[in-house]
Amino acid sequence: MKSTIKRLDHQVICGIVEEGSKVLDLGCGNGDLLQLLAERRGAKAQGVEVNNDAIHACVEKGLSVFHSDIDSGLPYYPDQSFDYVILNQSLQEAKKVEAVISEALRVGKKAIIGFPNFAHLEARILMFFGGRAPIVSSLPYEWYSTPNLRFLSIKDFKAFCAVKGYKILASHFLDSQGQVRVLPNLFAQNAIFVITK
Amino acid sequence: MKKSIEPVETKYFTFAEAEEFKLESGRTLGPITLAYETYGSLNADKSNAILVMHAFSGNAHVAGPVTGDQDPAWWDFMVGSGKALDTDKYFVICINVIGGCKGSTGPSSISPKTGKPYGIDFPLITIGDIVRSQKVLIDHLGIKKLLGVIGGSMGGMLALQWVASFPEAVECVIPIAATLKHSPQQIAFNEVGRQAIMADPAWNGGNYYGGTSPEKGLAVARMVGHITYMSNNSMEEKFSRRLKDDNTGFKFSADFEVEGYLQYRGMSFVKRFDANTYLYITKAMDYFDLSDAKWIPEGGLPGVRFLVIAFKSDWLYPSSQSQDMVRQLQMRQIDATYCEIDAGYGHDSFLIESEAEKQSHLIKHFLAKRKG
Repeated sequence: MKSTIKRLDHQVICGIVEEGSKVLDLGCGNGDLLQLLAERRGAKAQGVEVNNDAIHACVEKGLSVFHSDIDSGLPYYPDQSFDYVILNQSLQEAKKVEAVISEALRVGKKAIIGFPNFAHLEARILMFFGGRAPIVSSLPYEWYSTPNLRFLSIKDFKAFCAVKGYKILASHFLDSQGQVRVLPNLFAQNAIFVITK
Repeated sequence: MKKSIEPVETKYFTFAEAEEFKLESGRTLGPITLAYETYGSLNADKSNAILVMHAFSGNAHVAGPVTGDQDPAWWDFMVGSGKALDTDKYFVICINVIGGCKGSTGPSSISPKTGKPYGIDFPLITIGDIVRSQKVLIDHLGIKKLLGVIGGSMGGMLALQWVASFPEAVECVIPIAATLKHSPQQIAFNEVGRQAIMADPAWNGGNYYGGTSPEKGLAVARMVGHITYMSNNSMEEKFSRRLKDDNTGFKFSADFEVEGYLQYRGMSFVKRFDANTYLYITKAMDYFDLSDAKWIPEGGLPGVRFLVIAFKSDWLYPSSQSQDMVRQLQMRQIDATYCEIDAGYGHDSFLIESEAEKQSHLIKHFLAKRKG
């Protein structure tokens, strides 16, 4: 029997991706998610990753990976050549967010976008009462060493999709225990959206 | 455990005796002898063979101690028991290219028609010709499909040509510090080398065998080449502006260490390399051009996997050329992994153990992933 998937966001994404899908993970890190998708969903998985050591970890796992940042990694993939393009915990590090998402929806039929919710209650309390930039489990960095360039909430992302005309096909909201059903913009630490053009 | 491999003798295979081998230029060549070496053992279904292809000035002696008149092994840290190209698992083959001067038929070989060395009567050859000649030997060894084709620099161009010419006959393609075509800058450096050789009166229209070789021209060619294989940083580290111990000052002798080093590299090169081979092989590299991607079949290359490696400090074969290669593959949805290794030595990083640790790691794991 297969062991349970440790990360909640990985569980959710594994649940979204259909058997045998073609998947491109932008900012695939050490390839844990791609490996899960390949093993459990029979996905044809590829990644784009900027970190040298992470690429080595991907190759160790037998994954195909392209060494590039996600801002410049896509122009040569043909239109609609993937079922899913994943941006999980990497969108907030992108310089050209609009271009990255637009490219993701060009090369992919759907995009799965996961990001930390900056408007989470704990972050709000730290900001409101502590008067400091929040450091919480989903945003664990000091302001001076964070890789995050973007700080957005669930509401922000929904508004962005409305402006751009992207359809939200599904949304999943997570705290450290599981799915959040009530007031996600307040209680969810992480959000995962499935969007399309 | 990593251990040195047993000495390997250079073997020779001769073909195109009855009917000459047709070249891309329309000319023919025959008979052709290929000098080659093998390491490890071929398994029963002949599915574990990896063809290693040498760079411009390389030869068939990839690994192991020197026997006979072999040059020192050029990729010893990559080939052997427990190494990236693990000879406990793989059957590793390396063949000196035609046009070469390390045992395979080249301009310094005796022409059967004249009984004298070919010289510049040797036909111009292409990277495609080299690969087709290698295929004859691979067929002779009974290998229908190579598990891998791998090489750095010209070796990487040969690996690409292999999959272009024989897509059914390869599974893993590993071009390192290579390109789909030479840029004008790369052609220009090669042309300087060629002109240096041909400007040496001893070159004598390529007809110098048995007399004085164009050593000065060839040494200058090598000096220019050697500069392009290093990086500015590695030269700074290695030489800076240090003066040689025996420098006399204010004369046109080698004052700086870098001058002495280049002269030494130039002079040691002429002892082991033929000037005409320099002309032929650089020309073959300059002609090479797979950049239009017409070589990729309509249906892509199912069952073929690429690992493309570049080095950050390589300015002769910059990583942008490797990226172009991978993008051509991505456009056709071919399985390709690309990594730019943060090594500082320049183009030659792939030959230097301390620089290429990550290269070994990538290749080892890439090869280990077999299709089920």
